[in-house]
Amino acid sequence: MQVMESAEVAGAREDARSEVAAGWRTVAPACVAVVPLGLALGVLVVQSGLAWWWAPVLGAVVFAGSMEFLLVGLLAATAPLAQIAVSTLLVNFRHVFYAITFPMHRVGGGWWRAYSTFALTDEAYALTATPDSAGWSRARIISIQAFFHVAWVLCVAIGAGLGSLIPPQVVGLDFAVTALFVVLGIEAYKVRRSVPVSVVALACAIVAALISPANMLLIAMGMFGVAIVCSYLVSVRRSRRA
Amino acid sequence: MLDPWYVLSGIAVSAAVTWALRAAPFAMLAPLRHSTLLAYVGDRMPVGVMVILAAYTVHDTDLAALASVGPTVLALAVTIGLHLWRGRMTLSIFAGTAVYVAVTSAIGLSG
Repeated sequence: MQVMESAEVAGAREDARSEVAAGWRTVAPACVAVVPLGLALGVLVVQSGLAWWWAPVLGAVVFAGSMEFLLVGLLAATAPLAQIAVSTLLVNFRHVFYAITFPMHRVGGGWWRAYSTFALTDEAYALTATPDSAGWSRARIISIQAFFHVAWVLCVAIGAGLGSLIPPQVVGLDFAVTALFVVLGIEAYKVRRSVPVSVVALACAIVAALISPANMLLIAMGMFGVAIVCSYLVSVRRSRRA
Repeated sequence: MLDPWYVLSGIAVSAAVTWALRAAPFAMLAPLRHSTLLAYVGDRMPVGVMVILAAYTVHDTDLAALASVGPTVLALAVTIGLHLWRGRMTLSIFAGTAVYVAVTSAIGLSG
């Protein structure tokens, strides 16, 4: 009995280890992709006159890339806290929708859930926006989020430490974020091959940029959401008539 | 030098709003998990959200200036082309970024 139990425990540990390894394989490209961005954020923190150690604190506690870039500027300008709250609300409002597909039903336990919601970044959403993820284990989902969290904080800290060493003539590292979203978009397209969805999303983005560049993200996401709901209502009416 | 308490408060406010946005929908969505509307939206959202986020990251590009549009179009072509050809995320992202950094830095030096 004793022997069987310990074999079971060993087996479970083995499973958890292979799940963590699977999580690492899933998240590794995203970790590599954020290296330039994390370095850039670290450099920005130092250049904005904040002590270098604020960079890893910011990365670890806020953990929302595009907002952190914005926040450094707001802090450097000593913006009112209310403005920081409203800006965060607008920039990160898209996260509200991530709950629809994120496999939270696979993450049991209060503390694990608390961490998993805290670390539900664009990248965590994108990496789990596949049909497979509905069957992933908690170990795999949490390790994807935690590896990405550690990678981000490390890159930001290194960026702040080495900030002054990057020659100011080297520009454009932020393109890595664009490339990341483009590649994740292609991967999502392979799952759901729908040209109209991509075209409508691009149209929403362009119209939103023309209406208000500052609030582009919120307007584009809102228009895209309305468009999807409308197309759902049309498809329901059509199937009723048929 | 900035007041550390102000910086800490700013970070705390931003973190709290972000976490609330990420966590609250799970409580509200639970009863709706089996709705056909949410399944329909969830099915079509990933592609669209990535397209919008990608567009957002390049939306400052000055469409009238070749020095601004050129590198972006070139780097996007390299990223998309490589990814469709080889399908390796790290390779596509690295190569696209390298091309962008090389071209924009070169333009900056010559300009």
